[in-house]
Amino acid sequence: MEVPILKQGLYLIASIQSALTDADLSQLREALIQRVGKFRARGVIVDVTALDVMDSFAVRTLRDIAHMARLRGAETVIVGIQPEVAFAMVQLGLTLKGVSTALDLEEGLAFLDRQAQDRVERTRGRIIRG
Amino acid sequence: MAARGKDPQSPAPLDPQAHTESTAALLRELVAHLRQNRTQLREEWARRITRAQLLTAMTEEEIFAEATSVYDNYVEALETGTFEALQAYARNLSERIIPRGVETHEVVGIVLLLRDVLARSLFAKYHEDFDKLNRILDAYEPAANRIANTVAVGFVQERERIIRQQQEAIRELSTPVLQVRERLLILPIIGVIDPQRARQLTEQLLRAIRTNRAKVVVIDITGVAAMDSNVANHLVQTVEASRLLGATVIVTGLSPEIAQTLVTIGVDLSEMATVGDLQGGIEEAERLLGYKVLPLEEVAPKA
Repeated sequence: MEVPILKQGLYLIASIQSALTDADLSQLREALIQRVGKFRARGVIVDVTALDVMDSFAVRTLRDIAHMARLRGAETVIVGIQPEVAFAMVQLGLTLKGVSTALDLEEGLAFLDRQAQDRVERTRGRIIRG
Repeated sequence: MAARGKDPQSPAPLDPQAHTESTAALLRELVAHLRQNRTQLREEWARRITRAQLLTAMTEEEIFAEATSVYDNYVEALETGTFEALQAYARNLSERIIPRGVETHEVVGIVLLLRDVLARSLFAKYHEDFDKLNRILDAYEPAANRIANTVAVGFVQERERIIRQQQEAIRELSTPVLQVRERLLILPIIGVIDPQRARQLTEQLLRAIRTNRAKVVVIDITGVAAMDSNVANHLVQTVEASRLLGATVIVTGLSPEIAQTLVTIGVDLSEMATVGDLQGGIEEAERLLGYKVLPLEEVAPKA
Protein backbone atom coordinates (compact mmCIF):
# COMPACT_ATOMS: atom_id res chain seq x y z
CA MET A 1 0.00 0.00 0.00
CA GLU A 2 1.38 3.37 -0.98
CA VAL A 3 1.55 6.03 1.71
CA PRO A 4 0.00 9.36 0.70
CA ILE A 5 2.35 12.33 1.03
CA LEU A 6 0.64 15.68 1.54
CA LYS A 7 2.21 19.09 1.09
CA GLN A 8 1.29 21.61 3.76
CA GLY A 9 3.04 24.95 3.41
CA LEU A 10 6.75 24.29 3.75
CA TYR A 11 6.20 20.82 5.18
CA LEU A 12 5.54 17.36 3.83
CA ILE A 13 3.25 15.08 5.80
CA ALA A 14 3.30 11.32 5.32
CA SER A 15 0.53 9.63 7.24
CA ILE A 16 0.94 5.87 7.52
CA GLN A 17 -2.51 4.28 7.62
CA SER A 18 -1.80 0.57 7.98
CA ALA A 19 1.00 -1.91 8.52
CA LEU A 20 3.61 -1.59 5.77
CA THR A 21 5.77 -4.18 4.09
CA ASP A 22 9.50 -3.60 3.77
CA ALA A 23 9.01 -2.70 0.10
CA ASP A 24 6.35 -0.09 1.00
CA LEU A 25 8.72 1.43 3.52
CA SER A 26 11.54 1.69 1.01
CA GLN A 27 9.15 3.23 -1.47
CA LEU A 28 8.03 5.78 1.15
CA ARG A 29 11.65 6.67 1.86
CA GLU A 30 12.45 7.25 -1.80
CA ALA A 31 9.28 9.25 -2.47
CA LEU A 32 9.85 11.48 0.55
CA ILE A 33 13.50 12.22 -0.19
CA GLN A 34 12.70 12.99 -3.77
CA ARG A 35 9.82 15.30 -2.90
CA VAL A 36 11.81 17.22 -0.29
CA GLY A 37 13.80 18.63 -3.19
CA LYS A 38 10.88 18.99 -5.56
CA PHE A 39 8.74 21.05 -3.18
CA ARG A 40 11.69 22.74 -1.45
CA ALA A 41 10.26 21.46 1.83
CA ARG A 42 11.81 22.61 5.11
CA GLY A 43 10.21 19.92 7.23
CA VAL A 44 8.95 16.32 7.05
CA ILE A 45 6.40 14.77 9.38
CA VAL A 46 5.87 11.01 9.43
CA ASP A 47 2.72 10.09 11.35
CA VAL A 48 2.80 6.53 12.73
CA THR A 49 -0.29 6.77 14.97
CA ALA A 50 -1.92 3.85 13.14
CA LEU A 51 1.00 1.47 13.71
CA ASP A 52 0.76 -0.88 16.66
CA VAL A 53 3.94 -2.75 15.80
CA MET A 54 7.26 -1.37 14.71
CA ASP A 55 10.04 -3.76 13.69
CA SER A 56 13.73 -3.02 13.32
CA PHE A 57 13.45 -2.41 9.57
CA ALA A 58 10.71 0.17 10.06
CA VAL A 59 12.72 1.94 12.74
CA ARG A 60 15.83 1.93 10.57
CA THR A 61 13.90 3.29 7.61
CA LEU A 62 12.48 6.11 9.72
CA ARG A 63 15.96 6.96 10.97
CA ASP A 64 17.30 6.89 7.40
CA ILE A 65 14.51 9.19 6.23
CA ALA A 66 15.40 11.67 8.96
CA HIS A 67 19.11 11.64 8.16
CA MET A 68 18.63 11.78 4.38
CA ALA A 69 16.05 14.59 4.62
CA ARG A 70 18.45 16.57 6.80
CA LEU A 71 21.11 16.26 4.07
CA ARG A 72 18.54 17.66 1.65
CA GLY A 73 17.75 20.56 3.97
CA ALA A 74 14.60 19.39 5.78
CA GLU A 75 14.08 18.57 9.44
CA THR A 76 12.10 15.36 10.18
CA VAL A 77 9.76 14.63 13.07
CA ILE A 78 8.21 11.25 13.81
CA VAL A 79 4.82 11.74 15.47
CA GLY A 80 2.19 9.56 17.11
CA ILE A 81 4.25 6.64 18.42
CA GLN A 82 1.90 4.64 20.66
CA PRO A 83 2.94 4.12 24.31
CA GLU A 84 3.06 0.33 23.90
CA VAL A 85 5.11 0.65 20.74
CA ALA A 86 7.53 3.05 22.46
CA PHE A 87 7.97 0.64 25.34
CA ALA A 88 8.55 -2.31 23.02
CA MET A 89 11.02 -0.30 20.97
CA VAL A 90 13.25 0.67 23.89
CA GLN A 91 13.20 -2.89 25.16
CA LEU A 92 14.48 -4.03 21.77
CA GLY A 93 17.04 -1.23 21.79
CA LEU A 94 15.44 0.56 18.82
CA THR A 95 15.57 4.09 20.12
CA LEU A 96 15.63 6.36 17.04
CA LYS A 97 18.73 8.19 18.26
CA GLY A 98 19.19 11.60 16.67
CA VAL A 99 15.67 11.72 15.32
CA SER A 100 13.12 14.22 16.64
CA THR A 101 9.81 12.90 17.93
CA ALA A 102 6.55 14.53 18.96
CA LEU A 103 3.27 13.44 20.48
CA ASP A 104 1.01 14.01 17.48
CA LEU A 105 0.65 15.90 14.21
CA GLU A 106 -0.16 19.17 15.94
CA GLU A 107 2.92 18.96 18.16
CA GLY A 108 5.03 18.00 15.18
CA LEU A 109 3.95 21.07 13.24
CA ALA A 110 4.62 23.29 16.28
CA PHE A 111 8.06 21.74 16.61
CA LEU A 112 8.92 22.42 12.95
CA ASP A 113 7.65 26.01 13.22
CA ARG A 114 9.89 26.55 16.23
CA GLN A 115 12.86 25.07 14.37
CA ALA A 116 12.24 27.31 11.37
CA GLN A 117 12.09 30.35 13.64
CA ASP A 118 15.36 29.38 15.32
CA ARG A 119 16.95 29.04 11.91
CA VAL A 120 15.72 32.47 10.84
CA GLU A 121 17.10 34.03 14.00
CA ARG A 122 20.43 32.31 13.58
CA THR A 123 20.71 33.46 10.00
CA ARG A 124 19.74 37.02 10.87
CA GLY A 125 22.37 37.09 13.59
CA ARG A 126 24.99 35.91 11.17
CA ILE A 127 24.08 38.51 8.58
CA ILE A 128 24.16 41.35 11.08
CA ARG A 129 27.42 40.16 12.50
CA GLY A 130 28.90 39.84 9.02
CA MET B 1 -3.64 -38.00 72.36
CA ALA B 2 -3.65 -40.55 75.15
CA ALA B 3 -2.24 -43.98 74.42
CA ARG B 4 -4.82 -46.47 73.38
CA GLY B 5 -5.06 -50.05 74.61
CA LYS B 6 -4.41 -52.84 72.12
CA ASP B 7 -7.46 -54.63 70.88
CA PRO B 8 -6.66 -58.28 71.54
CA GLN B 9 -9.43 -59.81 69.43
CA SER B 10 -9.53 -58.13 66.03
CA PRO B 11 -6.58 -55.98 64.98
CA ALA B 12 -8.16 -55.26 61.59
CA PRO B 13 -11.64 -55.90 60.25
CA LEU B 14 -11.72 -58.52 57.51
CA ASP B 15 -14.50 -57.11 55.38
CA PRO B 16 -13.88 -53.50 54.27
CA GLN B 17 -17.57 -53.04 53.39
CA ALA B 18 -18.63 -54.00 56.87
CA HIS B 19 -15.94 -51.75 58.22
CA THR B 20 -17.22 -48.66 56.42
CA GLU B 21 -20.74 -49.44 57.51
CA SER B 22 -19.73 -49.74 61.09
CA THR B 23 -17.74 -46.51 60.78
CA ALA B 24 -20.84 -44.74 59.53
CA ALA B 25 -22.85 -46.17 62.40
CA LEU B 26 -20.21 -45.14 64.88
CA LEU B 27 -20.10 -41.64 63.48
CA ARG B 28 -23.88 -41.44 63.81
CA GLU B 29 -23.63 -42.45 67.40
CA LEU B 30 -20.85 -39.93 67.90
CA VAL B 31 -22.86 -37.13 66.35
CA ALA B 32 -25.83 -37.97 68.52
CA HIS B 33 -23.58 -37.78 71.54
CA LEU B 34 -22.16 -34.43 70.47
CA ARG B 35 -25.63 -33.03 69.83
CA GLN B 36 -26.84 -34.17 73.20
CA ASN B 37 -24.02 -32.56 75.09
CA ARG B 38 -23.86 -29.52 72.87
CA THR B 39 -24.25 -26.84 75.55
CA GLN B 40 -21.86 -28.36 78.00
CA LEU B 41 -19.11 -29.20 75.47
CA ARG B 42 -19.38 -25.83 73.83
CA GLU B 43 -18.95 -24.06 77.14
CA GLU B 44 -16.04 -26.26 78.04
CA TRP B 45 -14.44 -25.40 74.71
CA ALA B 46 -14.97 -21.65 75.08
CA ARG B 47 -13.48 -21.88 78.58
CA ARG B 48 -10.41 -23.67 77.29
CA ILE B 49 -9.99 -21.08 74.54
CA THR B 50 -10.00 -18.29 77.09
CA ARG B 51 -7.67 -20.18 79.40
CA ALA B 52 -5.18 -20.82 76.57
CA GLN B 53 -5.33 -17.07 75.85
CA LEU B 54 -6.29 -17.59 72.25
CA LEU B 55 -8.41 -15.09 70.30
CA THR B 56 -7.43 -12.32 72.69
CA ALA B 57 -8.62 -9.79 70.13
CA MET B 58 -12.22 -10.90 70.68
CA THR B 59 -14.55 -10.45 73.66
CA GLU B 60 -15.82 -13.43 75.63
CA GLU B 61 -19.32 -13.13 74.14
CA GLU B 62 -17.91 -13.08 70.66
CA ILE B 63 -15.78 -16.12 71.35
CA PHE B 64 -18.83 -17.93 72.67
CA ALA B 65 -20.95 -16.96 69.63
CA GLU B 66 -18.26 -18.05 67.20
CA ALA B 67 -17.62 -21.20 69.21
CA THR B 68 -21.29 -22.10 68.90
CA SER B 69 -21.37 -21.81 65.14
CA VAL B 70 -18.02 -23.53 64.69
CA TYR B 71 -19.24 -26.32 66.92
CA ASP B 72 -22.44 -26.79 64.90
CA ASN B 73 -20.55 -26.72 61.62
CA TYR B 74 -18.06 -29.17 63.04
CA VAL B 75 -20.74 -31.63 64.06
CA GLU B 76 -22.46 -31.23 60.73
CA ALA B 77 -19.25 -31.98 58.87
CA LEU B 78 -18.81 -35.10 61.01
CA GLU B 79 -22.35 -36.17 60.26
CA THR B 80 -22.47 -35.56 56.52
CA GLY B 81 -18.82 -36.30 55.79
CA THR B 82 -18.80 -33.41 53.30
CA PHE B 83 -16.56 -30.47 53.85
CA GLU B 84 -17.82 -27.89 51.37
CA ALA B 85 -20.11 -26.16 53.84
CA LEU B 86 -17.38 -26.16 56.46
CA GLN B 87 -14.88 -24.82 53.95
CA ALA B 88 -17.21 -21.96 53.03
CA TYR B 89 -17.82 -21.28 56.71
CA ALA B 90 -14.10 -21.29 57.47
CA ARG B 91 -13.50 -18.79 54.70
CA ASN B 92 -16.34 -16.61 55.89
CA LEU B 93 -15.07 -16.79 59.48
CA SER B 94 -11.53 -15.90 58.37
CA GLU B 95 -12.82 -12.94 56.45
CA ARG B 96 -14.41 -11.63 59.62
CA ILE B 97 -11.60 -12.31 62.07
CA ILE B 98 -8.46 -11.58 60.01
CA PRO B 99 -9.02 -7.81 60.03
CA ARG B 100 -9.18 -8.03 63.83
CA GLY B 101 -5.66 -9.39 63.99
CA VAL B 102 -6.36 -13.06 64.66
CA GLU B 103 -3.24 -15.12 63.91
CA THR B 104 -2.89 -18.46 62.18
CA HIS B 105 -1.70 -20.24 65.32
CA GLU B 106 -4.84 -19.10 67.14
CA VAL B 107 -7.19 -20.54 64.57
CA VAL B 108 -5.30 -23.82 64.39
CA GLY B 109 -5.13 -23.78 68.18
CA ILE B 110 -8.87 -23.46 68.74
CA VAL B 111 -9.71 -26.21 66.24
CA LEU B 112 -7.23 -28.54 67.89
CA LEU B 113 -8.69 -27.58 71.30
CA LEU B 114 -12.15 -28.53 70.09
CA ARG B 115 -10.78 -31.83 68.86
CA ASP B 116 -9.26 -32.47 72.28
CA VAL B 117 -12.40 -31.41 74.15
CA LEU B 118 -14.54 -33.77 72.09
CA ALA B 119 -12.04 -36.60 72.40
CA ARG B 120 -12.02 -36.12 76.18
CA SER B 121 -15.78 -36.32 76.29
CA LEU B 122 -15.59 -39.55 74.34
CA PHE B 123 -13.11 -40.94 76.86
CA ALA B 124 -15.47 -39.98 79.64
CA LYS B 125 -18.45 -41.56 77.96
CA TYR B 126 -16.86 -44.84 76.86
CA HIS B 127 -14.23 -45.41 79.49
CA GLU B 128 -16.10 -48.50 80.66
CA ASP B 129 -16.01 -50.10 77.24
CA PHE B 130 -12.47 -49.89 76.02
CA ASP B 131 -13.10 -51.71 72.78
CA LYS B 132 -15.95 -49.39 71.84
CA LEU B 133 -13.88 -46.36 72.70
CA ASN B 134 -11.20 -47.61 70.42
CA ARG B 135 -13.53 -48.02 67.48
CA ILE B 136 -15.22 -44.71 68.11
CA LEU B 137 -11.86 -42.98 68.11
CA ASP B 138 -10.91 -44.81 64.92
CA ALA B 139 -13.95 -43.28 63.26
CA TYR B 140 -13.59 -39.92 64.91
CA GLU B 141 -9.92 -39.12 64.50
CA PRO B 142 -9.54 -39.13 60.70
CA ALA B 143 -12.67 -37.01 60.33
CA ALA B 144 -11.57 -34.61 63.07
CA ASN B 145 -8.11 -34.27 61.55
CA ARG B 146 -9.58 -33.55 58.20
CA ILE B 147 -11.81 -30.88 59.69
CA ALA B 148 -8.86 -29.26 61.46
CA ASN B 149 -6.97 -29.37 58.19
CA THR B 150 -9.85 -27.84 56.22
CA VAL B 151 -10.31 -24.96 58.64
CA ALA B 152 -6.58 -24.20 58.83
CA VAL B 153 -6.14 -24.32 55.06
CA GLY B 154 -9.25 -22.15 54.59
CA PHE B 155 -7.85 -19.59 56.99
CA VAL B 156 -4.42 -19.51 55.37
CA GLN B 157 -5.92 -19.26 51.89
CA GLU B 158 -8.11 -16.37 52.93
CA ARG B 159 -5.11 -14.67 54.47
CA GLU B 160 -3.10 -15.11 51.30
CA ARG B 161 -5.98 -13.75 49.25
CA ILE B 162 -6.10 -10.64 51.43
CA ILE B 163 -2.33 -10.20 51.16
CA ARG B 164 -2.50 -10.47 47.37
CA GLN B 165 -5.33 -7.97 47.27
CA GLN B 166 -3.42 -5.51 49.44
CA GLN B 167 -0.26 -5.91 47.37
CA GLU B 168 -2.28 -5.06 44.31
CA ALA B 169 -3.74 -2.01 46.03
CA ILE B 170 -0.34 -0.83 47.22
CA ARG B 171 1.09 -1.27 43.78
CA GLU B 172 -1.62 0.86 42.24
CA LEU B 173 -1.32 3.52 44.89
CA SER B 174 2.42 3.61 44.63
CA THR B 175 2.72 5.06 41.14
CA PRO B 176 0.77 8.29 40.92
CA VAL B 177 1.37 10.38 37.82
CA LEU B 178 0.40 13.96 38.63
CA GLN B 179 -0.09 16.97 36.45
CA VAL B 180 1.35 20.13 38.06
CA ARG B 181 0.95 22.47 35.11
CA GLU B 182 -0.42 22.20 31.66
CA ARG B 183 1.83 19.72 29.81
CA LEU B 184 4.00 19.09 32.86
CA LEU B 185 3.75 15.81 34.80
CA ILE B 186 5.53 14.70 37.92
CA LEU B 187 6.07 11.10 38.94
CA PRO B 188 7.29 10.74 42.53
CA ILE B 189 8.69 7.27 43.15
CA ILE B 190 8.83 6.06 46.74
CA GLY B 191 10.14 2.78 48.07
CA VAL B 192 11.71 -0.26 46.52
CA ILE B 193 11.52 -0.67 42.76
CA ASP B 194 11.38 -4.27 41.58
CA PRO B 195 11.30 -5.17 37.89
CA GLN B 196 7.53 -5.67 37.93
CA ARG B 197 6.90 -2.30 39.53
CA ALA B 198 9.37 -0.61 37.22
CA ARG B 199 7.50 -2.00 34.25
CA GLN B 200 4.13 -0.94 35.56
CA LEU B 201 5.51 2.50 36.32
CA THR B 202 6.73 2.95 32.78
CA GLU B 203 3.46 1.81 31.26
CA GLN B 204 1.48 4.15 33.47
CA LEU B 205 3.77 7.07 32.70
CA LEU B 206 3.62 6.53 28.93
CA ARG B 207 -0.16 6.35 29.02
CA ALA B 208 -0.32 9.53 31.13
CA ILE B 209 1.98 11.36 28.70
CA ARG B 210 -0.44 10.57 25.95
CA THR B 211 -3.66 11.43 27.77
CA ASN B 212 -2.29 14.63 29.33
CA ARG B 213 -0.35 15.61 26.19
CA ALA B 214 2.68 16.16 28.39
CA LYS B 215 5.84 17.74 27.04
CA VAL B 216 7.97 17.49 30.14
CA VAL B 217 8.00 14.87 32.89
CA VAL B 218 9.84 15.18 36.19
CA ILE B 219 10.62 11.82 37.79
CA ASP B 220 11.52 12.33 41.44
CA ILE B 221 13.38 9.46 43.08
CA THR B 222 14.13 11.10 46.43
CA GLY B 223 12.17 8.30 48.08
CA VAL B 224 14.15 5.50 46.47
CA ALA B 225 16.75 4.18 48.87
CA ALA B 226 18.74 1.92 46.57
CA MET B 227 19.04 1.15 42.92
CA ASP B 228 20.72 -1.67 41.03
CA SER B 229 21.79 -1.84 37.41
CA ASN B 230 18.50 -3.46 36.29
CA VAL B 231 16.41 -0.67 37.72
CA ALA B 232 18.81 1.98 36.44
CA ASN B 233 18.63 0.53 32.95
CA HIS B 234 14.88 0.46 33.20
CA LEU B 235 14.92 4.12 34.13
CA VAL B 236 17.03 4.88 31.07
CA GLN B 237 14.54 2.94 28.95
CA THR B 238 11.66 4.90 30.45
CA VAL B 239 13.42 8.14 29.54
CA GLU B 240 13.97 6.89 25.98
CA ALA B 241 10.38 5.69 25.57
CA SER B 242 9.06 9.03 26.83
CA ARG B 243 11.22 10.81 24.30
CA LEU B 244 9.67 8.70 21.53
CA LEU B 245 6.32 10.13 22.62
CA GLY B 246 7.79 13.60 22.36
CA ALA B 247 8.25 14.25 26.08
CA THR B 248 11.44 15.32 27.81
CA VAL B 249 12.23 13.61 31.11
CA ILE B 250 14.07 15.24 34.00
CA VAL B 251 15.17 12.99 36.84
CA THR B 252 15.52 14.60 40.25
CA GLY B 253 16.52 13.64 43.76
CA LEU B 254 19.27 11.12 43.13
CA SER B 255 20.72 10.43 46.57
CA PRO B 256 24.50 10.45 47.06
CA GLU B 257 24.44 6.66 47.51
CA ILE B 258 22.56 6.09 44.27
CA ALA B 259 24.79 8.51 42.39
CA GLN B 260 27.85 6.61 43.60
CA THR B 261 26.38 3.21 42.80
CA LEU B 262 25.33 4.24 39.30
CA VAL B 263 28.76 5.59 38.45
CA THR B 264 30.52 2.62 40.03
CA ILE B 265 28.48 0.01 38.15
CA GLY B 266 28.88 2.04 34.99
CA VAL B 267 25.31 2.72 33.88
CA ASP B 268 25.27 5.11 30.94
CA LEU B 269 23.24 8.09 32.06
CA SER B 270 24.52 10.56 29.48
CA GLU B 271 21.11 10.71 27.82
CA MET B 272 19.39 11.57 31.06
CA ALA B 273 18.77 15.12 32.26
CA THR B 274 19.22 15.23 36.03
CA VAL B 275 18.57 18.04 38.48
CA GLY B 276 19.37 18.01 42.20
CA ASP B 277 15.96 18.27 43.80
CA LEU B 278 12.28 18.30 42.84
CA GLN B 279 12.07 22.09 43.06
CA GLY B 280 14.97 22.51 40.69
CA GLY B 281 13.45 19.92 38.38
CA ILE B 282 10.11 21.71 38.22
CA GLU B 283 11.86 25.05 37.62
CA GLU B 284 13.87 23.53 34.79
CA ALA B 285 10.70 22.01 33.35
CA GLU B 286 8.94 25.39 33.49
CA ARG B 287 11.85 26.96 31.69
CA LEU B 288 11.58 24.32 28.95
CA LEU B 289 7.84 24.99 28.67
CA GLY B 290 8.40 28.76 28.51
CA TYR B 291 6.90 29.57 31.92
CA LYS B 292 8.42 32.08 34.25
CA VAL B 293 7.21 32.31 37.82
CA LEU B 294 7.42 35.82 39.27
CA PRO B 295 6.37 37.26 42.65
CA LEU B 296 3.20 39.38 42.31
CA GLU B 297 5.00 42.64 43.26
CA GLU B 298 7.30 42.27 40.28
CA VAL B 299 4.41 41.73 37.89
CA ALA B 300 2.03 44.44 39.14
CA PRO B 301 3.93 47.65 38.25
CA LYS B 302 4.28 46.67 34.60
CA ALA B 303 0.52 46.14 34.19
